[in-house]
Amino acid sequence: MASLITCPHCGTRPKEEFTIRGDAAPRRPGSADRDEAWYAYVYIRDNPKGRILEYWHHAGGCRRWLVVDRDNLTHEVFGVVDAADFQRTEAAE
Amino acid sequence: MTSYRLDAGGAINRAQALSFSFDGRNYKGLQGDTLASALLANDQMLMGRSFKYHRPRGPVTAGSSEPNALLTIGSGARSEPNARATTVELYQGLVAASQNRWPSLKHDIGAVNSLLSPFLGAGFYYKTFMWPAAFWEKLYEPLIRKAAGLGKLALEADPDRYEKAWAHCDLLVIGAGPAGLMAALVAGRAGLRVILADEGFRPGGSLLSESVSVAGLAAVDYAGGLVSELSSLPNVTLMPRTTVFGWYDDMVFGAVERVQKHVASPSPELPVERLWRIVAKRAILASGAEERPLVFGGNDKPGVMTATAARTYLNRYGVAVGGKVAVFTNGGSGYRTAADLAAKGVEVTAVIDARAQSADVAPAGIRVIRNAGVVATNGRHRIDGLLLERAGFEEVIGCDALAMSGGWSPIVHLMCQRGTKPVWSEESQAFLAPNVGNSFVAAGSAAGVETISECLRDGAAKAASLASELGFAAHGANLPDVEGEYDASFAPVWYVPGAKDKAFVDFQNDVAVSDLGAAQREGFRHIEHTKRYTTVGMATDQGKLGNVNTAGIVAAMRGVSPAEIGTTTFRPFYTPVSFGALAGAAQGEHGAPVRTSPLHGWAKKNGASFVEAGLWYRSAWFARDGEKNWRESVDREVLSVRANAGLCDVSTLGKIEIFGAGAAEFLDRIYCNGFLKLPVGKARYGLMLREDGIVFDDGTTSRLGEHHYVMTTTTAYATDVMTHMEFCAQTFWPELDVRFVSVSDQWAQMSLAGPKARIIMSRVVQDDLSDAAFPFLAARAVTLRGGLKARLFRISFSGELAYELAVPAGYGEAVADAIMEAGRDEGICAYGVEALNVLRIEKGFITHNELDGRTTADDVGLGRMMAMQKPDFIGKRLSTRFGLTAADRLQLVGLKPVEPEKQINAGAHLLKEAAKPSLANDQGFVSSACYSPALGSFIALAMLKSGRERVGERIVVWDALRGMEVPADVCAPVFVDAENAKLHV
Repeated sequence: MASLITCPHCGTRPKEEFTIRGDAAPRRPGSADRDEAWYAYVYIRDNPKGRILEYWHHAGGCRRWLVVDRDNLTHEVFGVVDAADFQRTEAAE
Repeated sequence: MTSYRLDAGGAINRAQALSFSFDGRNYKGLQGDTLASALLANDQMLMGRSFKYHRPRGPVTAGSSEPNALLTIGSGARSEPNARATTVELYQGLVAASQNRWPSLKHDIGAVNSLLSPFLGAGFYYKTFMWPAAFWEKLYEPLIRKAAGLGKLALEADPDRYEKAWAHCDLLVIGAGPAGLMAALVAGRAGLRVILADEGFRPGGSLLSESVSVAGLAAVDYAGGLVSELSSLPNVTLMPRTTVFGWYDDMVFGAVERVQKHVASPSPELPVERLWRIVAKRAILASGAEERPLVFGGNDKPGVMTATAARTYLNRYGVAVGGKVAVFTNGGSGYRTAADLAAKGVEVTAVIDARAQSADVAPAGIRVIRNAGVVATNGRHRIDGLLLERAGFEEVIGCDALAMSGGWSPIVHLMCQRGTKPVWSEESQAFLAPNVGNSFVAAGSAAGVETISECLRDGAAKAASLASELGFAAHGANLPDVEGEYDASFAPVWYVPGAKDKAFVDFQNDVAVSDLGAAQREGFRHIEHTKRYTTVGMATDQGKLGNVNTAGIVAAMRGVSPAEIGTTTFRPFYTPVSFGALAGAAQGEHGAPVRTSPLHGWAKKNGASFVEAGLWYRSAWFARDGEKNWRESVDREVLSVRANAGLCDVSTLGKIEIFGAGAAEFLDRIYCNGFLKLPVGKARYGLMLREDGIVFDDGTTSRLGEHHYVMTTTTAYATDVMTHMEFCAQTFWPELDVRFVSVSDQWAQMSLAGPKARIIMSRVVQDDLSDAAFPFLAARAVTLRGGLKARLFRISFSGELAYELAVPAGYGEAVADAIMEAGRDEGICAYGVEALNVLRIEKGFITHNELDGRTTADDVGLGRMMAMQKPDFIGKRLSTRFGLTAADRLQLVGLKPVEPEKQINAGAHLLKEAAKPSLANDQGFVSSACYSPALGSFIALAMLKSGRERVGERIVVWDALRGMEVPADVCAPVFVDAENAKLHV
């Protein structure tokens, strides 16, 4: 019926405006990386129960990709950031 | 017919009589009645037949937990089955009909099921009707389904409107009884934005049905005062007739408002129901408590109802539920009912108390029988007596109604819908609301509070506490004095022993104590298993009356506390919600929108037949007079394009405008072929892969400026490509300076193809279109004669000299008209996607028929496009893995039938000559096929194992679906102008 996501650009919006892609943890390997790394990136996903970072696309809003930090059991949301900012932060670390 | 309406009292308007009908017979009720109270006033206690045994049933409650009095309201397309008579607001002209009976409610053939009841116990369909097996599907199941059931749906389209809405508030108060009203008042006075929702049509809850006085007023008048103050507060929204049915993530509550369910002819200006999503910072559950039925033999017969129901009909509706009423109780509620009835002059034959002793006192003159239990009731369509047992002695008591009270269960459903179970309290002998945090709290009897004065106090206190949490200064309300309260405490009695008739736990599903026993004996002991084996707690009432008794009885059978048995899972919806309300305005075209191209009008007036492509309606062909079928039109269009010229609407292609200093690099990374060197003013065909190396989509991208590109995608993948590009740009390469926006709807785009395309286009476009000035793959802004700025692309999907012209959408039809006019003398025609398809198959151009999510670039003959020297692009790495480069992969080829007139169909499979059809012998399949008027032959594109090295081989096209086998020769996938001579002119 409803869940709310607070988009860092648009504010609190209902989940119908979003599409979920899934786990935001896997990083795209470099083109020279080993087969195993690419295989894992393209095909292998954990399916954790509980707290998870997920890609959400604000398709019916600003059309930005977001990284939502939430508990997929309780839908408690711990934070939402723009995916570009998330990537930059990751890259900096 | 006796009138059971009392001469005075009740929150009803005696000046406003309403006529209505039930099972074809006319009755009179009063404004303020429910359908149930009006029927009871007319001595109509029998209102339904039970689900399985077809036992006669009357109302057992006066509210939304009603399991028995389910009626069909309205007629024709507006008839609504399974409405609870106890909540249906009476209106002038209401038409009601009973359900699950034939030929009539009084004489129901299905009642024979009662005699078969030994065979219809819990799990009967697993046991009784098993042999012979074939009989289940053909005989038993249809018969059982016919005999068992609820109301029937109207098989007509719903004529009414529905809508959805959002609401936001600081505090949502659910339930407008004493706790809810007082909570809303305290919060409202403190300045909170408050929504007060109540499922009933009149706010007040128990204040409407209890005989106490509050602040010196009758309770009903005191409630009226609270409601009028709340109405005067601009920050308080009262929502009567609104059931809050669900609690969802992030403090979003689902509610359905019955806007016009209480009128005979709904106004078309308003929806009949409105589905609300209410976002609340805080919420108070003030949903009250449910009185539990007692479980004894014959407790389901018409005339047996809860003590609260009897009191509600008496005090709120001015209706006596009988002329001689008996009371069976384990607590104070029964005594209060006896007192109220006696005070209104209704004869009370006895108060039967299951307890050996208590402090409760019956009014003078009423016989109290302690330490006794009812074991049977007499009568059929309304009871006419009961059999009680006391210390081994039986006694018959005359009565025509029996008010029962088995204690109280707080209504905690909403708080338990998100995974938290209610908590058993030994002290209260009830399941209490769990602690779900500070945002959502229970108040009043939902929180286990008993008396009206305590409910008022609890509502005020909880609201004040939530208000101060939100930073509002709440002033305590002046709590009124309440006079005439009673002690509602009780001693638990789960099951009255010695039953001489079925003792029902769940009335709606005909589940008796014996069924619960069978479930325990047969191993279905977990409460969830017990539920599924016996059906206890299912159907429209979801066990509102029966579930707690079930837990108590199963606990008693097992000799444990109900805490160990627990409850089944609480889920939305609290009460049934119509599909209409859930669909809202999303009906018909609002459910699946129609997308039409900016050239739709042009296509229509040129005689187009349309085909659905996703949400789009695309012009398929343009029939002319004398053409007998679509093929004749398509053949003519194809030949006309090859000989002269044709104009086709290609506006549905996805169009994405791309800007930025990093745009070239970005395109280079998302396409498998190179884009860095694409010059300004040029278009290039591009192929996108998925990260797994398979082709994703194709299209052309044109460079209009140094940092400005426009991309086209296929119609079907427009959204997916846009989303993919956004994902890549934002998550992989946020450092790239690139921005893009979908402009699919902003441009009308048309393809003018054929040898005479240049002559015609030159009559419309000012710019020089000579081959030198505007060569193949030129892409530039141009000016139309008349001054309109447009974009022209010399690209071809037909192999002919062709231009795609894009103009702002609003000009599309006028420009298309102008082109048709300019080409009239050159033999121009309009052509549709069918001809477009023939033209591209003749040239071997691919679509998603070939790019089906399994093919690589090499599979479709585009392996040379892969720019493997690029450091990276999407799909590069995995495109080289073994599976995608194997020699026996399916490859794109052409097919020509040996006999040209033999049709080949897409989807047919390919076999070697004389090979038997089998998975092992499968050589591939036909991806696209058509009749080529240029060749005078059917032709096809196919995916064939190692296809490119098999050109010249004869194979069999095997089409088992249509029973066809056609020998065909494998050829290169191009049938017309293999040298592309026609393209470069």
